[in-house]
Amino acid sequence: MQKVTAKTLSGKAASLLNAGEVKYVLGWKKGEFDYDITPALFESAEELEKDFVWNDFSCANLSKYLIKYTRSLSGKILVFLKPCDTFSFNQLLTEHRIDRQKVYAVGVPCSGMADEKKIRENADGITAISETEEGYLVHTLYSDAPAFISKEEALLEKCLSCKGWAHIALDEQIEGEVFAPSADRFDQVKALENMTPDERYHFWQNELSRCIRCNACRDVCPACTCEKCVFDNPNSGVENKAAANSFEEKMFHIIRAFHVAGRCTDCGECSRVCPQKIPLHLLNRKFINDIDSFYGEYQAGLDEGSRAPLVDYDTGDLEPSQVFDWRDGQNA
Amino acid sequence: MRKLSLENLNLAFASIAAKYPLYLPQDNSAGDAEYKKWEQGAKWSDKTNTVKSPKDFFFPQTEDLMAFQVSGKSIDIIDTRKESEDFVVFGVRACDVKSFEVLDNVFLTEPADSYYASRREHGIIVSVACTRPLETCFCKAFSIDPSEPAGDVSCYKTDDSLYLSANTEKGEALLAVISEYTEEADDAAVSKQKESINKIMDRLPLASLTPASFGGGKTKEFFDAPEWKSLSEACLGCGTCTFVCPTCQCYDIKDFKTGSGVIRYRCWDSCMYSEFTKMSAGQPRTSQLERFRQRFMHKLVYYPENNNGLFSCVGCGRCLSRCPIHMNIVKVMKALGGKKDE
Ligand code: SF4
Ligand code: SF4
Ligand code: SF4
Ligand code: SF4
Repeated sequence: MQKVTAKTLSGKAASLLNAGEVKYVLGWKKGEFDYDITPALFESAEELEKDFVWNDFSCANLSKYLIKYTRSLSGKILVFLKPCDTFSFNQLLTEHRIDRQKVYAVGVPCSGMADEKKIRENADGITAISETEEGYLVHTLYSDAPAFISKEEALLEKCLSCKGWAHIALDEQIEGEVFAPSADRFDQVKALENMTPDERYHFWQNELSRCIRCNACRDVCPACTCEKCVFDNPNSGVENKAAANSFEEKMFHIIRAFHVAGRCTDCGECSRVCPQKIPLHLLNRKFINDIDSFYGEYQAGLDEGSRAPLVDYDTGDLEPSQVFDWRDGQNA
Repeated sequence: MRKLSLENLNLAFASIAAKYPLYLPQDNSAGDAEYKKWEQGAKWSDKTNTVKSPKDFFFPQTEDLMAFQVSGKSIDIIDTRKESEDFVVFGVRACDVKSFEVLDNVFLTEPADSYYASRREHGIIVSVACTRPLETCFCKAFSIDPSEPAGDVSCYKTDDSLYLSANTEKGEALLAVISEYTEEADDAAVSKQKESINKIMDRLPLASLTPASFGGGKTKEFFDAPEWKSLSEACLGCGTCTFVCPTCQCYDIKDFKTGSGVIRYRCWDSCMYSEFTKMSAGQPRTSQLERFRQRFMHKLVYYPENNNGLFSCVGCGRCLSRCPIHMNIVKVMKALGGKKDE
């Protein structure tokens, strides 16, 4: 099957706009280079024609923007969602954060996204990036011949272990080539669990020491939707920009991971946007893995309205002490 | 001009480090460069620029200003200052060197910030010319020449040598520390490198960008521009752009209770944050559009208005490279800059 093109998507959006079925289109807008794509709202076919882009760098999960737009805009909003994005969308519906009536959700078949940071790491002065069957040709100022980077090498972290999910909760689905599932997403979690406490401490110490406290990981997260985050509140005593020491900085990440546990769909946005490439998804995946083993497999966002294990009580639930026994038994 | 064979680079670093704390860009495990203290075995990064700018050395992200110790009815003021040691920052790019001038105008204007002033006094800056400018670089738009980096010492790195020349007394003193490894050299290799840098600069994707339509006195022209809406729409308010920016200079000062006393500290703040400059009457900029506009108006209009036309962007490209949604000053300039006074 063919990869779906930007033309197909913008054509679909334009016809719904022109027919008055939707008033706005939430999609991706092209930038200065081939990789710097910005989430954007389009209001006309002309705007779409001019700026709409869909390629392997259209990574941004647009579902969180619907919280803001379904409140501030009157009229229906068409949103393009990749399979993994639909889980965030569904989770937001479960949490009553989006007015579903105002949304027209269109599923985009995804064939795996590229990590712009991985490409840029080894290429200075990029002038163009073109997609080929097997990967990307990266043209730079410093070499006449473009450098080739394979699709696998450039793949976005979250896509490395795409579970080949189907879209859910859509009004319409566009057909096209889809990505084949690959690695087990818990492999790295297991590797971390197998470390000694000291090794694990040093691993996180090294990763989190780069944190610049920008909170982009939280701001982009579809599970972080508090009206006022405690870490933004100057009266809370734990305001993030003012972390008194590196311990407080690390606490932020651990507390955030706790707070989204059971609601995190593993959409991968936190790690993708981190300016310091901190693998935050590993904290979340650890929780997901634990929830799966303690309470049975659970995928946040899989169905609308279900109660997550951590906010649901069942007489068969593990007691905290059993969790310890269980864990110690596992390690033995 | 002095010439140092790259074979002796580590020996030279060791000599400097024996005398001063020496910081230089090194690759980290994430594949990016960051300023780290030099230790035996450290490798100078080949990357064009670091993720975080070197402004941290003069204006740290968090610093204690003073402490208060309470005992009974008396309060002692405790001096917590630590910025009295000379140090060397090596491998600073031309854009970042220029950023210090932007910060100086803010922190050294009377009443001068004595913390910043003493760090500036104690800091020795060794700059290096850029042989591989990135697609995100646009220093030239702000009349910065990456082939003529300023600083106390300017360097040029070729395949086998490092050429150094001192621009200040501090720089002379630093070169004296490594004189046993350097020799006099003509500037043929350096001239050649400058030429090739300039050729690359002309080919950069952002080579034609200019801030000409911005500057002091343009507040009215740009403040209510309709473009701010679409430009700021996707902004997360994360402040990554302000934290990686070498010229962003806003901070907050707070008192932190320690149990028996108080520590007064300051930390970077960001105009992109919802609580920025919150006063008793509330927050002056209640929408992300206003906060977003502030950052760019400050760099392109307000700052030049108060500083003889100097812009407070040096074109380092960090905000282009790190913004999670890829919105940045270049897109703002392009969207607004084409407009003419009617
Ligand atoms: S996005 Fe990265 S640098 Fe920013 S707060 Fe999160 S972990 Fe830290
Ligand atoms: S412009 Fe980008 S980096 Fe700056 S606050 Fe907005 S989203 Fe964050
Ligand atoms: S605004 Fe952006 S390009 Fe300009 S100095 Fe700051 S980080 Fe660099
Ligand atoms: S912006 Fe200019 S000075 Fe700065 S790193 Fe790029 S080329 Fe060098």
